[in-house]
Amino acid sequence: MSSTSPGPFALEVSQLVKKYPKAAARAVDDVSFTVQPGEIFGLLGPNGAGKTTAIGIMTTRVLPTSGTCRILGVDVVRDALGAKQLLSVVPQRTNLDLSLNARDILTFHASYHGVSRARRNALADQLLAEFGLTERKKDLVSRYSGGMAQRVMIARALMHTPRVLFLDEPTNNLDPQTRLFLWERIRALKERGITILLTTHDMEEASRLCDRIAIMDHGKILICDTPAQLEKLIPGGAALELRVLLPTGVPARALVASGHGEASQDEAPSSQLQQVLRSLPGVVKVEALHASEKADEPTNLTVFRLYAQDVSALTSQAVHVVTEWNAELLDLHQARPSLEDVFIYLTGRNIR
Amino acid sequence: MSTITPSTIQVEHSMEPTRSRLVTVSIAFWHIFRRDLVVTARSIVPFVMQALVMPTALLYIFGRILPGVGVTQQMYPAMFFPGVVALTIFMASLQGVSLSLMLDLDGNHEIDDRLLAPLTVGLVALEKVLYAAVRALVAGGLTFVIAYLILGNGYQVRTDSLGLLIIVMVLYALSSSALGLVLGAALSADKIYLLFSLIFSVALYTGCVYYTWSQVSSIKILQIITLFNPLSYASEGLRAAMVPPLHGQAVATLPIFWSLLALVATFVIFLALGTRVFRKRVIS
Repeated sequence: MSSTSPGPFALEVSQLVKKYPKAAARAVDDVSFTVQPGEIFGLLGPNGAGKTTAIGIMTTRVLPTSGTCRILGVDVVRDALGAKQLLSVVPQRTNLDLSLNARDILTFHASYHGVSRARRNALADQLLAEFGLTERKKDLVSRYSGGMAQRVMIARALMHTPRVLFLDEPTNNLDPQTRLFLWERIRALKERGITILLTTHDMEEASRLCDRIAIMDHGKILICDTPAQLEKLIPGGAALELRVLLPTGVPARALVASGHGEASQDEAPSSQLQQVLRSLPGVVKVEALHASEKADEPTNLTVFRLYAQDVSALTSQAVHVVTEWNAELLDLHQARPSLEDVFIYLTGRNIR
Repeated sequence: MSTITPSTIQVEHSMEPTRSRLVTVSIAFWHIFRRDLVVTARSIVPFVMQALVMPTALLYIFGRILPGVGVTQQMYPAMFFPGVVALTIFMASLQGVSLSLMLDLDGNHEIDDRLLAPLTVGLVALEKVLYAAVRALVAGGLTFVIAYLILGNGYQVRTDSLGLLIIVMVLYALSSSALGLVLGAALSADKIYLLFSLIFSVALYTGCVYYTWSQVSSIKILQIITLFNPLSYASEGLRAAMVPPLHGQAVATLPIFWSLLALVATFVIFLALGTRVFRKRVIS
């Protein structure tokens, strides 16, 4: 990523390793990345990928085996106290003080961080209103639903105006309405200039919220980029899928007549057509997925996946090429690959 | 990736003045302590019941009923009462820190918010000990009121050693709370039965509560075992401070110097050990 902005990174993780004494594998394995101030950075990976351990290290609760982590230049191991003043955490599991009501939870948290009484009271009321908790602010949080508890935890995390906020699977197991509400709040926090690192195994959440995403598995970061770039990484962002029944004995002159490509006459018809399709304007990549193993499908059936920025504009040209080849177009549709496809592509397995 | 420059950042910086580390830590420590006091004050009835049911029952049976029917000597309540004070402090300490820690570290994780406050893990542990010690001292103090009401004429406490009385109570409250930290941090919640079935029982019967140390001199093994229980030093120390002289002779107790030394030593050892175990539980 660019390092042109002045001042320290909001978060700078360098060669971080965590190996628990009795574990065979490293929970976090040589992880490095940086996060710019004001950025929403996502750690995406399946359960057990090492996301929570990584957050634990960044938030002073887990000691790294090696490597460093700095929050706005403050080393979280050497100066845990300084780091704690800059960060806030919303953990995966509820850890609210069950002996207190929502308002007390917020004001006590602020008082731990030295926020004056007048300011913490005003801030608590403001955040309770912002998170839709005012009416039940005097209730013990043990009576709260999961969604409400999550809102209290995020409000609590904001009480000492942290510079970097860690959200560990913030919308896991929440109803869709609460999820949307929290996404909206998280975006609002970014607008306030708060740097956010969130972990998730929800692809939609990652792609909707994050400026950049690091995909993590088995303790390692496999790739780190913007959601759009990640989706372009593999057949994903936008693909046109054509199911084509190729004619037997394709005349090579069809190629010449079409004026497309420079395919050799020696190649198989599907490869020739693949190259022609590849030469269409805007096409980034073409995959030919033939060799159907189903007994009831003809052997000359080929599925072509065309990847391009604007596949809609490609449709008529693709149909035209197939027609010119005297091939039978059985089906044509747009495939919309997602981050989930990226993850499967990188790891060979589903994220959940 | 969106390009974000510092000029576009509108973080609402804290309005609080820049403070020294010491002040920051002190403020955090005080408010964590205040949180515990507020929670206790809001549940004062359960706290008082938890603290006083057992000493009330003990004092009534052993201090009133049994001497009344001639099962024990008339002086027994005066000898027994310091043991009850020490036992009350012990129980209140463990209830104040062990039980809450066992449940918290294995389940609620309420303590996380305090662990992320700007103070060291060791100070979070120390706060737990100090808070439990205060609870224990309040419970121990209330025992005097209960005893005064229950024992009637049997309530005999010398008033010329109040300084020593307070010192022993404070030291034992600290020592037993530090032990509570060790147990609370070391035992997982599924071992909670150990706290009641083993630790409370063993402490109760080897802590010189029902008998003085010199009374069991004929059973050497018991005398030696009691020396490994800090409750014995508290019971004996409190006897030295509370029991009036009989026929001009002070009651026979363990030498007060050794009792005080043992209480200080156990406090230091348990606090160091407890902090270490606590740190291992909360920082992985």
